[in-house]
Amino acid sequence: MKLKSGALPSSEDFQKNRAAHLEALELVRVAADAARAGGGEKARDRHVARGKLLPRRRVANLLDPGSPFLEIGATAAHDMYGGAAPCAGLIAGIGRVHGQEVMVVCNDATVKGGTYYPMTVKKHLRAQEIAEQNHLPCIYLVDSGGANLPNQDEVFPDRDHFGRIFYNQANMSAKGIPQIAVVMGSCTAGGAYVPAMSDVTIIVREQGTIFLAGPPLVRAATGEVVSAEDLGGGDVHTRLSGVADYLAEDDAHALALARRAVASLNRAKPRTVQFQSPEDPAYDPEEILGVVPADLRTPYDIREVIARVVDGSRFDEFKPRFGETLVTGFAHLNGCPVGIVANNGVLFSESAIKGAHFIELCSQRRIPLVFLQNITGFMVGRKYENEGIARHGAKMVTAVATTAVPKITMLVGGSFGAGNYGMAGRAYSPRFLWTWPNSRISVMGGEQAAGVLATVKRDAIERQGGTWSAEEEAEFKRPTIEQFEHQSHPLYASARLWDDGIIDPRKTREVLWLSLSASLNAPIPETRFGVFRM
Amino acid sequence: MFDTILIANRGEIACRVMQTAQRLGIRCVAVFSDADAGAKHVQMADAAVHIGGPAPADSYLRADSIIRAARDTGAQAIHPGYGFLSENPEFVEAVEAAGLTFIGPSAEAIRAMGLKDAAKHLMERAGVPVVPGYHGDNQDPEHLSGAADAIGYPVLIKAVAGGGGKGMRLVQRPEDFAAALESARGEARTAFGNDTVLIEKFVSKPRHIEVQVFGDGARAVHLFERDCSLQRRHQKVIEEAPAPGMTGEMRAAMGQAAVRAAEAIGYRGAGTVEFIVDASEGLRPDRFWFMEMNTRLQVEHPVTEAITGVDLVEWQLRVAAGESLPARQEDLSITGHAFEARIYAEDAAKGFLPATGTLTHLAFPEGARIDSGVRAGDRISPWYDPMIAKLTVHGPTRDTALRQLERALRWTDIGGTVTNVSFLARLAAQPDFVRGDVDTGLIDRELEDLTPVPVACSRARTVAALAALGLHGGAGHEGGFSLWGALGWDVTLEHEDERIEARVVALGPDCFEVDLGRIVHRIERRDGIWWVDGTKVQARVARHGNEVTVFWGNGYRFAVVDPLERDVGGAAGGNVVVAPMPGLVKAILVAPGQAVHEGDRLAVLEAMKMEHSLLAARDGVVAEVLVPEGAQVEAGAALVRLEDDG
Repeated sequence: MKLKSGALPSSEDFQKNRAAHLEALELVRVAADAARAGGGEKARDRHVARGKLLPRRRVANLLDPGSPFLEIGATAAHDMYGGAAPCAGLIAGIGRVHGQEVMVVCNDATVKGGTYYPMTVKKHLRAQEIAEQNHLPCIYLVDSGGANLPNQDEVFPDRDHFGRIFYNQANMSAKGIPQIAVVMGSCTAGGAYVPAMSDVTIIVREQGTIFLAGPPLVRAATGEVVSAEDLGGGDVHTRLSGVADYLAEDDAHALALARRAVASLNRAKPRTVQFQSPEDPAYDPEEILGVVPADLRTPYDIREVIARVVDGSRFDEFKPRFGETLVTGFAHLNGCPVGIVANNGVLFSESAIKGAHFIELCSQRRIPLVFLQNITGFMVGRKYENEGIARHGAKMVTAVATTAVPKITMLVGGSFGAGNYGMAGRAYSPRFLWTWPNSRISVMGGEQAAGVLATVKRDAIERQGGTWSAEEEAEFKRPTIEQFEHQSHPLYASARLWDDGIIDPRKTREVLWLSLSASLNAPIPETRFGVFRM
Repeated sequence: MFDTILIANRGEIACRVMQTAQRLGIRCVAVFSDADAGAKHVQMADAAVHIGGPAPADSYLRADSIIRAARDTGAQAIHPGYGFLSENPEFVEAVEAAGLTFIGPSAEAIRAMGLKDAAKHLMERAGVPVVPGYHGDNQDPEHLSGAADAIGYPVLIKAVAGGGGKGMRLVQRPEDFAAALESARGEARTAFGNDTVLIEKFVSKPRHIEVQVFGDGARAVHLFERDCSLQRRHQKVIEEAPAPGMTGEMRAAMGQAAVRAAEAIGYRGAGTVEFIVDASEGLRPDRFWFMEMNTRLQVEHPVTEAITGVDLVEWQLRVAAGESLPARQEDLSITGHAFEARIYAEDAAKGFLPATGTLTHLAFPEGARIDSGVRAGDRISPWYDPMIAKLTVHGPTRDTALRQLERALRWTDIGGTVTNVSFLARLAAQPDFVRGDVDTGLIDRELEDLTPVPVACSRARTVAALAALGLHGGAGHEGGFSLWGALGWDVTLEHEDERIEARVVALGPDCFEVDLGRIVHRIERRDGIWWVDGTKVQARVARHGNEVTVFWGNGYRFAVVDPLERDVGGAAGGNVVVAPMPGLVKAILVAPGQAVHEGDRLAVLEAMKMEHSLLAARDGVVAEVLVPEGAQVEAGAALVRLEDDG
């Protein structure tokens, strides 16, 4: 069942595709580089001059040397707030400490003092959600001035706002998911609860501070004059208040203490799936850029991608002769069994039924699911509506929504309309959702949307006896098309955390594997499906 | 032939003897002290008997225990190795009295050569040239001084019962004679219980050339010469055979003299006749003089074995079992050239301070003969000679063999202790030595060039940084993964009093960028080999606890700084005087409350047969003496604490 590729790396199409993908990648790379630079050179220099490690250095030195880091929201808040919050002022991702996968959440104090913009809150909560779903211990590297005051209305009051962070901490702790805080800078006001609500807290001497109100506010409120260190420094909190547990001499020491804290968690991954020896794909993942057409509208065989992702390029395809626009089958990814559901065209009733069937199989066998999403939607038209495509589509959506196995979604092309639902879009709580730079997401294509609006407009004009020239129509459609093009771009989507990040398509295998590996920290429960509309 | 023998020794020589004996189907019995219960020679032996405590006087010098062990295990013969009881005639008599065979010469032969002046008389009578000197009984200082004047300065004062440089003094000028005499006698008295000395002409540009002889009690042959001129404090460092610049005429003369010497005392077994050679005008047959005869197998016998193809231990066993000489002189010939280097746990850069430690890593190159009594994981204990191994190479020519020696040393990887390997490798490349222009003063003259502390280059540091992070085997197939920007890990190393801050950026499973501050290297692994900036790095790495050793030409030792240890330490501060090496606390010279000045002697530590004074690093008052006199201490042990400074 080894897949056979029909790719011709020397062909003109292949080279054109590759060039187009590289161009799209470059755009993302520039955005990611800007996000990684944080608050700019001056802020970084100031940070370092205080004897503090830069946030990415903190993250690295917390993790096992050389170990993989699966960052989420790497371009969060891109092009938002006038560019004031690169990376949303927060680094989050899954790394390894003493071999244990953990969720790291690290404030970037070089970005507006590490204060929480709305996207910062969303990213922090998304990191916690991943941790909670996948049973990953959380390590918070705290260095933040709390809520970003000008944006307080979008940060403080609602359910999924600032307070939810501590609610999550309490509830994760209750579930036995360890919460560890390392206070490496300010932890003011609400932020004070990050360390206070943690199971174990480490604080850096003469650098970390925890208080509900800082010295200026204290002075304003009571007239008391007190230094930050005396008010809530490391010495105070480890000796007098008990708000923190370990006193560290500096960042490096604090991170070593955090590593030691993880070493004593006494956790092991539950036995879930049956691994086999990993194997590289027979086809070079580098070729993904050449085999996937640059234009979303050009059809191609999704097996060309599967062949460059799974172990040995081996794919045990299920129901290959039925509902062919949905490719389903079993494979291994770095030795881990997976069920793959991949689009190979528009969804028909047969494809949807087949998809639901396959998801039932994987759920019963407790095999994680990988969705390779490239979908313009379900087939439309009288024939299809009449045969009940909505009923069949609902079966697939029900299966996707209620399966208890981990779902990982990779947006490799279009994600339009109800196809997004059937293929485990964000609303279906896949454990992770990643996108390629060439992908597009919107309720429908820009052309279609503009067409719908134009048809309505034309009808109205013509009802009133008016006429509407083709030029006028094109002019009418242009802003809609442009808006859709802009808003469906992955950078726009990822900035708003509709996904967990944009990836280099050549790293698809690694990203899927690391996502799977993280998800396997949680046991896979038995699935109970909802009612399938028969 | 015997079916069981006992080897009354330890370490490499015990192993080496067993190797041959076991090859001949002989059962081998080892003896061991408390300190050697898990030693290699015990493991190799067919049977092993515990004979006492770690101090040699309690075990390897206990003739009675050893002979009892031999009888208890059914051994018919005892091989003494070298050192310990090997040249003790009383032991030989005791062995024979017990009805056992001593694998070596008779007690008479040992005695005949044991006292140097008597030996020289004997040799003179046998027609063997001896160094001009006074070997008489009149030990009156005035008389000895007169004798020295007659011989002509410079002269050597030597203890008659001495050996290994003990009780020996070189006197350049008459006015220094009296003091030197007194000191030599003092040393001889302590070491041998006999302060009789002899006076000898001191030879300028002397070479130490010795001839291997072998006798069966009646006849003897020689197995050519070894040049052991590379010495430090009369300890041989690198030996070679044949001697560079040796002529056929000189070799014949020396060989015949050595055979005469052996036959004069009815020598049986392996022995070595040492000559001093005046090389100031090259090697000349009239310029070699008998020094002494060692009535045992020598440490450096492997070079002779290499060039002659003879297994000297096999010959020893055969002759001891009653066979006559296994070869005639005309059957023996020289093939190629051989070198032996003695690898010790010692710090050459710090005056060759002996070291101890656990050999965390031990790997030798292929193609060299390694005689070693230790394995990886073994401890070099303070009780015995800190030899780790003898490395012997054999090549068709001297040039080739010497290059092999240097290369072999560069591929000798020893972790866990400081060694003299770098010193040996430098010595192997020393231009005078390479030319064959050697004399016994070469090492002392060139010491500074030969003993720099090997400081790791930035490429070796790159490898060390990787190893410190546990990445020298790569980062695993997921290693170095990140979505958009690689992560970098920080590590702090200490190397020869230098602090090295390195940042290792993982670019992939086998590709890293290492930022050392002043320089950034890219290091990649292809086909299991590391390349730094495109240069192939044949560095090997050993990691043990917080110590990393990078073997690349030299062994570079790095300590990995653990951030977790940041808040401890500093407790002792600069107030404590610690033992610089393991040893015996010979004397404590201060008492609590006593005021001391910088440079005052606080204690005396005896280690490796040498006394080391421990001095006050600053003025102060003694707060506490932390060990009693007579205590055996490890390196780093706190001995004396001074009160806090102000």
